[in-house]
Amino acid sequence: MRLEARNLGFCYAGGPWILKDVNFSMEEGERVGLVGPSGYGKSTLVKLLAGYLEPCEGEILLDGKPMEKKGVCPVQLICQHPEKAINPRWKMKKVLEESGMYREEVLEALGIEEEWLERYPRELSGGELQRFCVARSLFGGTHFLLADEMSTMLDVITQAQIWNLMLREVEKRKIGLLAVTHNMALADCVCTRTINLAQVNHIKCAEESGCKNGCEYGTV
Amino acid sequence: MKKERMENAPLLKVEDLSVSFHMYDKGLEQYDLKVISNLSLDVKPGEIVAIAGSSGSGKSLLAHAVVGILPENARLTGSITYKGEILDQKKKEAFRGTRIALVPQSIAYLDPLMKVGKQVTGGDRGKEAEISKKEIFKRFHLDEKIEKYYPFQLSGGMARRVLVSTAVISDASLIIADEPTPGLDLEMALEALKVFRELADEGKAVVLITHDIDLAFHIADRIAVFYAGTTVEMAKAEDFLEGAGKLRHPYSKALWQALPQNGFRPIPGFQPYARYLPKGCLFSPRCPHKTKECENDIPMSEIRGGYVRCIHAT
Repeated sequence: MRLEARNLGFCYAGGPWILKDVNFSMEEGERVGLVGPSGYGKSTLVKLLAGYLEPCEGEILLDGKPMEKKGVCPVQLICQHPEKAINPRWKMKKVLEESGMYREEVLEALGIEEEWLERYPRELSGGELQRFCVARSLFGGTHFLLADEMSTMLDVITQAQIWNLMLREVEKRKIGLLAVTHNMALADCVCTRTINLAQVNHIKCAEESGCKNGCEYGTV
Repeated sequence: MKKERMENAPLLKVEDLSVSFHMYDKGLEQYDLKVISNLSLDVKPGEIVAIAGSSGSGKSLLAHAVVGILPENARLTGSITYKGEILDQKKKEAFRGTRIALVPQSIAYLDPLMKVGKQVTGGDRGKEAEISKKEIFKRFHLDEKIEKYYPFQLSGGMARRVLVSTAVISDASLIIADEPTPGLDLEMALEALKVFRELADEGKAVVLITHDIDLAFHIADRIAVFYAGTTVEMAKAEDFLEGAGKLRHPYSKALWQALPQNGFRPIPGFQPYARYLPKGCLFSPRCPHKTKECENDIPMSEIRGGYVRCIHAT
């Protein structure tokens, strides 16, 4: 399978362009790192690719065809802030059951402890929650996994554990992985190639955001 | 960057702190869940103490205990003192925001219904607050426009910088920054840490809770390593820069070796759940050097100028 973005453009109503003429493609089995300064649209791009947002311009294609709106989405997103990605009123067991991933081997692979299942999201740490987010995204129909800074909330040992487990799964099932990260050392370890969004995103940030001295962080 | 400071009295001193949560089990059965045990920490004016350690080891809880925002079912023992004064709940409430500032861990702590500019100054409309807000926004490359934005309109990295700004422009002499850098690119993260370094050099005390330990090694004076709710090692930051050989506790060494630039090799196993803590050394189930003596209570001991909670450390 091939995940592709053609001439992608996105802005919120009335706002400046966040993404403009972005072209991007990756194959299944590839591990791509997406880097770039903060506020440059990395999270917006992965949300578009996973179908959480609709592009204003351009299209997102899976094997040359637009993505199915119904059914299980083959492109899964793991968010930056797990505490905002999990229903606060559900116990963790229900969170896993919803995605059909309440299985022994999944719990073991990601180091999810039995006791956590009976707790609410607010009773777990960010790192513990993120394991659930990874677990529920790894079901059978997943072909592409988008990880938006998924490990910044974790201690380095858990980070290395989760990445190693995830890479094993990704390699075994030939899943395509797009990892947003600021940690270049991590990108070197995990990815086969990296893309700098500053180079593929054609917003003229200095002009359009009204930042006068042309600094590259002025974009909103 | 770092200046040698005279030995002076700690601004914040946490001694033998334990925190437990009163929980309900099945039906009316209740139990106490001890999440922090025998934890000690001190920070002097002019100093940055970084706290590294596993997720869920009680780093944020310690921060919440100091500013008094733990939930109602929490019970504290041990002492927390600020300038030699014991902090009770009343004092914590009086001091937080004025003398003690907290940078919370989650950007969900921003008020979703309040514009960013107002949150940063804390409603203080004075001229000075306005000026320092402008200054800090400029340093963090935040456009002036975003003052009028609501938090949901910001990217993760921007919201993070806004959170850091709120604590930085307060007059607090103790700043507890709970993970101020995730979501920031390297340049911004370093800028944020530089701001903390400058504040410390002005004589404030900074507690920096972070997972970006490779950055913290360069900016902090001392590093405290937490595991399962207690301190396992407290040492000079230089030791961590030197490498695993200079460190004392096996968990600190494991942390160092798990960094992507140092091999990306995780040790197996998990931190024990607070309800079923092992006897004696909390790290022993994962430790290669475990012996029978490890099942006794392990005190902190001084080794090579640092403190470690391990009887096999040399």
